Amino acid sequence: MVQTIIPNNKGTYKQPNIFGYYGNFGGAYIPEMLHRNVEELRDNYLKIMYDEAFQKEFQNLLHDYAGRPTPLFFAERLSNQFNTKIYLKREDLNHTGAHKINNAIGQVLLALRLGKKRIIAETGAGQHGVATATVCALKGLECIVYMGVKDMERQQPNVARMRMLGAEVRPATSGSQTLKDATNEAIRDWINNPNDTHYVIGSVVGPHPYPDMVARFQSVISEEIKKQLKEKTGSELPNYVMACVGGGSNAAGAFYHFLDDLSVQLVAVEAAGCGINSGMSAATTQLGKPGVLHGSKSLVMQTADGQVVEPHSISAGLDYPGIGPLHAHLYESGRAKFLSATDKEAVEAAFNLTKMEGIIPALESSHALAALNQMRFKKDDVVVICLSGRGDKDMSTYMKYMNEL
Amino acid sequence: MNRLEELFTRKKSNVLNVFCTAGFPQLNSTWEVMKALQDNGADIIELGMPYSDPLADGPVIQASNTKALQNGMTMQLLFEQLRDFRKEIYVPVILMGNINPVLQFGFENFCKQAASLPVDGIILPDLPEYEFENEYGAIIKRYGLDFIFLITPETSEERIKKLDTLSTGFLYVVSSSSTTGNKKDFTEVEKYLQRLQNMQLKNSLIVGFGIKDKSTFQSACKYANGAVIGTAYIKALENATDIQSATKAFLSSIIN
Ligand SMILES: Cc1ncc(COP(=O)(O)O)c(C=O)c1O
Repeated sequence: MVQTIIPNNKGTYKQPNIFGYYGNFGGAYIPEMLHRNVEELRDNYLKIMYDEAFQKEFQNLLHDYAGRPTPLFFAERLSNQFNTKIYLKREDLNHTGAHKINNAIGQVLLALRLGKKRIIAETGAGQHGVATATVCALKGLECIVYMGVKDMERQQPNVARMRMLGAEVRPATSGSQTLKDATNEAIRDWINNPNDTHYVIGSVVGPHPYPDMVARFQSVISEEIKKQLKEKTGSELPNYVMACVGGGSNAAGAFYHFLDDLSVQLVAVEAAGCGINSGMSAATTQLGKPGVLHGSKSLVMQTADGQVVEPHSISAGLDYPGIGPLHAHLYESGRAKFLSATDKEAVEAAFNLTKMEGIIPALESSHALAALNQMRFKKDDVVVICLSGRGDKDMSTYMKYMNEL
Repeated sequence: MNRLEELFTRKKSNVLNVFCTAGFPQLNSTWEVMKALQDNGADIIELGMPYSDPLADGPVIQASNTKALQNGMTMQLLFEQLRDFRKEIYVPVILMGNINPVLQFGFENFCKQAASLPVDGIILPDLPEYEFENEYGAIIKRYGLDFIFLITPETSEERIKKLDTLSTGFLYVVSSSSTTGNKKDFTEVEKYLQRLQNMQLKNSLIVGFGIKDKSTFQSACKYANGAVIGTAYIKALENATDIQSATKAFLSSIIN
């Protein structure tokens, strides 16, 4: 299962080179204080992940605990609306309500095998924090979750869930008080606790090997899509796979097993916030330039002077000024198409899905749904949308819009 | 012989390196801070290039970064402020910061400007050794700048030797695995420093992180050539009405 590593290449879509590069993006831009921890992870992650006993435990938990495989649902009324065939990959039906649990289970099991006793995580929407706190409760591990103060306010139900699960939620008070700042605090915590702590990063960001490791843990999404499509349509290949991108983990998972199937058009949807040119946006590929953020070289929203810009999105999970290096590479190489949806479009798409299919989606996932309006499909096209999470956490935001729409 | 070499040839112990964020406490105080540090006994000045997301720094230095950026500090402005500074500042000066603003400025352009002033060395903690060897080291060398690597108690012996080979100017010894400004038990630090002393490294050793007063400075200097003070000095400047007198009072509490 472990793929051979070819030095001095530029990496493939599925696998970065030994220094963690996908094309021009990736690497491990970390201070020496993190070197040993990151090196330990880099030297062990593939060995551990593809160890038979590990795989058995991981697959069992995905099945019996997270509830996988998640359904691939043919959304008939939505399909009629867009005059094509739309399938929803129901990551929202996972335990804890989003795809984040796939990665949290994987990384916590991996941390246990590395002998770590203490787990830290950052969270934006709170879904990754809840998922990590959940697996820590399951395994009896100490769990500390960093969360921006602004996000603690707009995702209150998830803060309560994390606390009930026994995690300590530490507010990140610097900068924009959102995901970027929570990530800074988590990295600082790791620097200060170099021996007993594993940092469970929640997306395909961070220094090598995180982007690759998280993509592999999330790749179960596309593995299942292939099987399910084959059963339902006779072909394992759709015409389109669409997913929202914050850091890019649900998109990486939904794209992964299609990366080398060039007939499959991959569509990544970023958060345009109040509009790409409004000064309040989080559409990184549109607004960003190559730079280094949180340990890897990627596209980063920044000033001409290299200061990281504070992004804006209505959805806490997409409110991040970077994207994972794999996605920067997919963008630069043209392998994936990058679109964006505004706050308003996302909310409208959420109400539309609820009305048409009886599914209340997370605000993040609603961005992928909103991009349907920007696509031109043929009647027989098969379109898979990764419905990364459910909308329970976003009810207070949705309620505000109830009367306006 | 460059300034750092000259310094370590002349002075082998108690070398005092003081860190301050450029553009802090005021936008135009950079020169005044440097002058005050030199006049009151600093052997090396480390100028922090402010960054929005300084990962390895504790709250005090982070806040000084934020303040400097609010004051309007930019890389371009820093180079303008430093033009002609050698008319008054003769001690070695090192620029320290995160890699991203340097990349945006243009790595080569940055080295060129730094060398033309000239400053003596650079510290970019999040430029890893692989990238240095692969790409950036050659540019740094071309402009005759020293590049200083960090080591920590977690750095393996083999890696310490490698980083010592790559590092020029000195080796920056992080006293404990921590962000700046965190206190740790100093006896642990002493053991670590003793271990380093026995390794017979090529570079002089400057200890950083957690040095805050006379006693921690002296402990660090027992086993190393000197130490860096950052957080404690920033704190001293935070509440100062007069940079000269605050710096004088602070430095005399360390070296006298
Ligand atoms: C439901 C949901 N979807 C998407 C995201 C965005 O993250 P990523 O781009 O890593 O999938 C989040 C993040 O919190 C989320 O909770």
